[in-house]
Amino acid sequence: MSGHDQFMPVPAPAPHAHVGADVGRTMRRVQLALLPATVFGFWLFGWPAVHLFLITVGASLLTEAFCQRLRGCESRLWDGSALLTGWLLALSLPPWAPGWIGALGGVIAIAIGKQVYGGLGQNLFNPAMVARVALLVSFPVAMTHWVAPLPLGSAGAPGFIEGLRITLGALPVPDAVTSASLLGHAKTELSRGIDLAQVLDAAGGTLSAWHGARPGSLGETGALLLLLGGLYLLARGVIRWHIPVGVFAGLALPAAVAHAIDPGHYLSATTHLASGAVVLGAFFIATDYVTSPNTASGQLLYGIGIGLLTWIIRSWGGYPEGIAFAVLLFNALTPVIDRYCRPRIMGRTRRGAPIRATQGSAE
Amino acid sequence: MLAAILSLTILGAVLGAVLGVANRFFQVEGNPLVEEIEALMPGSNCGQCGFPGCAGAAAAIAAGQASPACCPPGGRSLAVTIAQRLGVSVDVGGADDPGPLVADIDESICIGCTRCIRACPTDAILGGPKQIHNVLRDSCSGCAQCIDHCPTAAMVMQPVPITLQQWFWPKPASQG
Amino acid sequence: MGFLDRFLRAAHFSGGVHPDDHKRPAADAPLRVMAPPARVYVPLVQHIGAPARALVAVGDHVRKGERIGAPHGAVSAAIHAPTSGRVIAIGDIVAPHPSGLPVRGITIESDGRDEWGELEGCDDPFALDPAEIGRRVAQAGVVGLGGAAFPSAVKLSGGLGARVELLIINASECEPFLSCDDRLMRDRAAEAVDGIAIMLHATGAREARIGIEDNKPEAIAAMRAAVAGHARIRVEVIPTRYPMGSEKHLILVLTGREVPAEGRPSDIGVVVHNVGTAVAVRNAVRFGRPLVSRIVTVNGACVREPGNVEVPIGTLAGEVLAFCGGLRADHGGPARLLLGGPMTGMQVPTLEVPVIKGTGGILVLDAAEVGGGPCIRCGDCMRACPVGLLPLEIAARVRAGEVDKAAGFGLADCIACGCCAYVCPSRIPLVQYFHHAKGELAARARGTQRNETIRTLTRAKAERLEREECDKAEALARRAAASLAAATAAKQPAAVAEKAVEDANQESGVCA
Ligand code: SF4
Ligand code: SF4
Ligand code: SF4
Ligand code: SF4
Repeated sequence: MSGHDQFMPVPAPAPHAHVGADVGRTMRRVQLALLPATVFGFWLFGWPAVHLFLITVGASLLTEAFCQRLRGCESRLWDGSALLTGWLLALSLPPWAPGWIGALGGVIAIAIGKQVYGGLGQNLFNPAMVARVALLVSFPVAMTHWVAPLPLGSAGAPGFIEGLRITLGALPVPDAVTSASLLGHAKTELSRGIDLAQVLDAAGGTLSAWHGARPGSLGETGALLLLLGGLYLLARGVIRWHIPVGVFAGLALPAAVAHAIDPGHYLSATTHLASGAVVLGAFFIATDYVTSPNTASGQLLYGIGIGLLTWIIRSWGGYPEGIAFAVLLFNALTPVIDRYCRPRIMGRTRRGAPIRATQGSAE
Repeated sequence: MLAAILSLTILGAVLGAVLGVANRFFQVEGNPLVEEIEALMPGSNCGQCGFPGCAGAAAAIAAGQASPACCPPGGRSLAVTIAQRLGVSVDVGGADDPGPLVADIDESICIGCTRCIRACPTDAILGGPKQIHNVLRDSCSGCAQCIDHCPTAAMVMQPVPITLQQWFWPKPASQG
Repeated sequence: MGFLDRFLRAAHFSGGVHPDDHKRPAADAPLRVMAPPARVYVPLVQHIGAPARALVAVGDHVRKGERIGAPHGAVSAAIHAPTSGRVIAIGDIVAPHPSGLPVRGITIESDGRDEWGELEGCDDPFALDPAEIGRRVAQAGVVGLGGAAFPSAVKLSGGLGARVELLIINASECEPFLSCDDRLMRDRAAEAVDGIAIMLHATGAREARIGIEDNKPEAIAAMRAAVAGHARIRVEVIPTRYPMGSEKHLILVLTGREVPAEGRPSDIGVVVHNVGTAVAVRNAVRFGRPLVSRIVTVNGACVREPGNVEVPIGTLAGEVLAFCGGLRADHGGPARLLLGGPMTGMQVPTLEVPVIKGTGGILVLDAAEVGGGPCIRCGDCMRACPVGLLPLEIAARVRAGEVDKAAGFGLADCIACGCCAYVCPSRIPLVQYFHHAKGELAARARGTQRNETIRTLTRAKAERLEREECDKAEALARRAAASLAAATAAKQPAAVAEKAVEDANQESGVCA
């Protein structure tokens, strides 16, 4: 038994076992869950969407690498968190948006949304949503310029080079393909005093198709596949049900009530759930670990709040879609929610005092 | 555009409210008394802080001219107590902090002159004339006043040895 | 949100983890008994509480089971010679502790005869007074063998005050890799049950429940067979979940009741003993045999012949490993030596540490993956925490140096089970943060205490000096007055006397 030095000289504290999870695995699972919807979106909107996606993700990664170098910390580029941020942002952009929108968004998301707070885990707001809202407020035209689906291989779909030129802004988006998303359409028509029932009758076929072949961001059109992805994340335990269910409930319940009272002015719950970035937001954006509450009750509260606020913004706000604003607002409230929704400590009451001993029968 | 302004206004208002609440929570109430700090200090007036006695140090700390950590005999616990009282943060030294020092007598050199006993403000040294002297570690404040009084240089200041019962894990190296 | 969380809680206690148990094949290997080595190194503190006082001197001959250390203070335990032989040193030995710091201990050189000293047995323990059982258990130096090593007699003889209704025997053995209790129950079930019956008698409890996790079917069968005929002792099969063996969690699962925070099980009329302790109590009471050996699980990927070994206290870990065929070099070679299980055990830097009463396992593992990324606030640690704490928040406070705020998040309630760090995807050493913070708080409390003492002493000395000055001045004044009188009487020049008075006045001015 030749002695000492074969063992680690500086002992580590317990535990000396680990479940085996790591941050990279979690991020990879989320990306896997996003993949089908993304591929579907690529097919639906063709090369410009692919180019925009690559530019957005590339900008995020470059910014991440640059900031990490600047802060002089160990590079964690490949833990996948920056890739995921860029990916989520790309899914929320109009697919034929100019490339600089994506690039700028990637830079904003990583630099301002995350790194200025001190990097992964420190940020208060969801980086992708910070970028989306910043872009929406600064460039409202480019950010609401939707196109009708033009699947790869269909007549008139731009090829690789043509797509690149569209993305780089060298080629204007043909007017023929521009369109409005369902929510945007409903909002404009409503503001023109047209009853919703007529609006939807006229546009229903093309705008609210469940299978997703309608104008919108990649995250909107791929809703059904994103739902599948979300269920996969739930099954894998990457996320828990409280936030998504909260968002859906918070959106659907008031929508159903309002629709029952005044169908002429309020969209139905199904329309609300099926349109916009609700599915993406509920499963992938609101559930961001860093910016959402920890406890089950806190998460439920947070989800319901986001859903409710989304409905309010959609129904009465100036923007057709409100989930990004709702998420950001509740990001800001997360510390407060965390403060009040703490788990009960064993042997203590909810307020933290030791429970009273009850001497007596052990049964 | 209206909604953007509205949303950002709400955001601003909420953040402002959060900050306001935080400010109220973490605020410290005014003027801590010099005496209160002085009462916390060891009171051995050793002068290691660079002030004439503990009262001087307490006044300087209260006036913000000295760090709460300026008293070596008081050590980390005193620094933290004072910092808490003042509602300020204090850097209580990293891993290389040797901790409090106490006097130790080299028994082979001590001639039993009792001069150190007379110098010690806490009666931490035991011994009679012509006997080898000893320091009671628990009573020694680490003020080092005895050191210069020893004619044979038998006294040295040494860190308190860490025992099994007192050892604890260091703070993990920071990540990020 | 109370009702919400209750609704959302899945099982009996929230949190906990299911680590791979790695118990077999070591648990299935027959129990081996190790002969005393040439030298044993017996630390004088092997328990929670004050160190024992050495009762022998270098050169003394001791027989096996002879008391060599006397308990010191209310919570302490006696130490006995693990084998017969000569005391060759009393002094520092390497503590079985990660710090590698020394501990006071007695080194005995075996004479090879392993001869027992006089033992005071008892044929009918049930005729003994409970207090007498407590005394005999204390005499035998029995401590909790589950790891915490709390002196058993204190818990047995009602030293904690409250009346005990229920005796819970902790046989859950939830730590991965360890199987010493499993083996003990399979091989010595009857002895264990006899010990439990004695404990029932000693505590005055109405009933005993033995909690065994359902991953030990053989032990459950053996114990069920052994309790047949004991109406007041029951075997309870409980689900396998770490940290089932935590006292408070075991009580919750077996009784549905929670021990108040900052309180003890006896507050709700429960006392918990380890099943190994039951056998030690039986040996102590029936045969007067003190605790001089224990069953240790030797396990881990790098051990050649994993299994359970009955080892004399004071045997070096290296010798136990050699007894188990030594270490194997594959699997990347041995890198970590642990005393205890992987979840709460201590990593030690050298093989030259002795087995003590609380050592349930010696594990040799290969190198660990190191990590330590930033916290992504995934909340896994919170969901894993069986106590309901927010490990991420506590660790964040400690990282920022705000130990007091960490205390506000329930640091004191942390049982250091390690579930949080076990699941953390960023591999943050959460438990180290908590240990550090607890140590820091304790150090600060000690520092405050010390400052208090020193202030008192300073004031005392200053007052004493002042008094002495006064006394001296008065004495001087008296002497001066006396000499003045003498001088006047002797008609000496008045100037001298006047000067003396002046001096005296000056001196006494100090204390005016
Ligand atoms: S022993 Fe020396 S250092 Fe310690 S208190 Fe006395 S004078 Fe100060
Ligand atoms: S002053 Fe020095 S020599 Fe004199 S008694 Fe103290 S230690 Fe000994
Ligand atoms: S498990 Fe680790 S990464 Fe996740 S919240 Fe807890 S400390 Fe942070
Ligand atoms: S070590 Fe402490 S904080 Fe971590 S899971 Fe166990 S009890 Fe909870």
